[in-house]
Amino acid sequence: MGDSGDSVKQEKKVVFVTVGTTLFDALVRTMDTKEVKQELLRKGYTDLVIQMGRGSYTPTKCDGEDGSLAVDYFTFSPSIADHLRSASLIISHAGSGSIFETLQLGKPLIVVVNEDLMDNHQSELAEELAERKHLYCAHPQTLHQTISDMNVESLLPYPSGDATPVAKLMNTFLGFPDD
Amino acid sequence: MKRLAAHCLLVFPKIIHKQFGKRYSWSSINIPSSATFRSCIWKMENQHDDNCCLFTPSIITLTVSAVLIAITRILYILCQSGKPLRPSKSPKPLSTLIVLGSGGHTAEMINVLNVLLQKDRFCPRFYVAAATDNMSLQKAHLLEENVFNLNGGKGGSTQFLQIYRSREVGQSYITSIGTTFLALVHALWLMIRIRPQVVLCNGPGTCVPLCVISFLFKMVGVRWSSVFYVESIARVRKLSLSGLLLYKLRIADQFFVQWPQLQKKYPRAHYVGCLMESKGGEECCFCEAVIA
Repeated sequence: MGDSGDSVKQEKKVVFVTVGTTLFDALVRTMDTKEVKQELLRKGYTDLVIQMGRGSYTPTKCDGEDGSLAVDYFTFSPSIADHLRSASLIISHAGSGSIFETLQLGKPLIVVVNEDLMDNHQSELAEELAERKHLYCAHPQTLHQTISDMNVESLLPYPSGDATPVAKLMNTFLGFPDD
Repeated sequence: MKRLAAHCLLVFPKIIHKQFGKRYSWSSINIPSSATFRSCIWKMENQHDDNCCLFTPSIITLTVSAVLIAITRILYILCQSGKPLRPSKSPKPLSTLIVLGSGGHTAEMINVLNVLLQKDRFCPRFYVAAATDNMSLQKAHLLEENVFNLNGGKGGSTQFLQIYRSREVGQSYITSIGTTFLALVHALWLMIRIRPQVVLCNGPGTCVPLCVISFLFKMVGVRWSSVFYVESIARVRKLSLSGLLLYKLRIADQFFVQWPQLQKKYPRAHYVGCLMESKGGEECCFCEAVIA
């Protein structure tokens, strides 16, 4: 499973944290804790990049030269897709956009549910997809546990969707001839 | 359409006749038309003027019959909606209103349209997005360019329209009364201009007034339309409020869900699986939400 902390760090393994346009300080704060950072290091990750959105909590930056996890953050960026593509692990809020984009890129994903949200229908989606083993679902308090327990290899790739069945039903309903 | 209007008017005289019995003669009952109906009403009103004591009960009977007519008509529409539009296989294109939600909703809709617009069946097309949402119409423009190129430079007429939202995120409830009214008037104005035969929507709230108006159009006989609603993939166990409204009020002729659990809970819905295709070009549909 995870390599030990003193393994040679030649390859960069980036963890990308995204909260989208939401305010999710609880996640940013959790990412900034020692427990989580150590767990990530233990798993062989070298860099932590946090997209913190509208949040006010700023994590401590770190260049990672002393063998610790390198930490960087920004609020918004037009190149979120590039960040997702270059990351080895993505930790995201429960927004369906972020979830599906990550799954479509075939990247391992941990979704952290924001408990402060009133209408939390999006946790349904994360839980359902976690049940189907497409991602891991966590809460800010349990994130370090999830990271230590996770096995990225065991996640199943998310199959691509298909809009043909809907289109077919609509066409039939409207009396258009079958193809 | 004329057939429907005629049906509606056939129902009128029957009920009126029941209500008023022998008091008023229907000379031309076999040829129902709005003119005869109006003249009958006029006759009744004139008699009321002569006979004041009859006035109040007649008003009541008139109201009762109007309500009965409305109920009959609604029941008829509820029976008819959900049934295929045209039993005969007809290739004639239909005017289509496409309501673009925002972010993920728009991405899903574009995905459906990618398949649906491969044949020239939905024409002309009217795209509607919230006035505060500037990305969705751009996406629709891109899609239309693709369709245009695929059809070898042959494209039907398309229009891109904006609509006021009844309530922005975080807006206070008191001011939202005014904006809701404004949004409704604007929606009505748009719908009168478009009078679509097909309405495609997948939430959020922007589509509800437009769907309700298309239902009213069916009721009044202005335009018979088919309303399709596709619930978002984000809804796993419960429908969204807009989805629930359109399902429960039977405004959506066909209702699609992307999770089997929802289909079990809402048996009139069709389960169609996940819509989003993971194509290279499409993957960034969600991204612009993050661009500040």
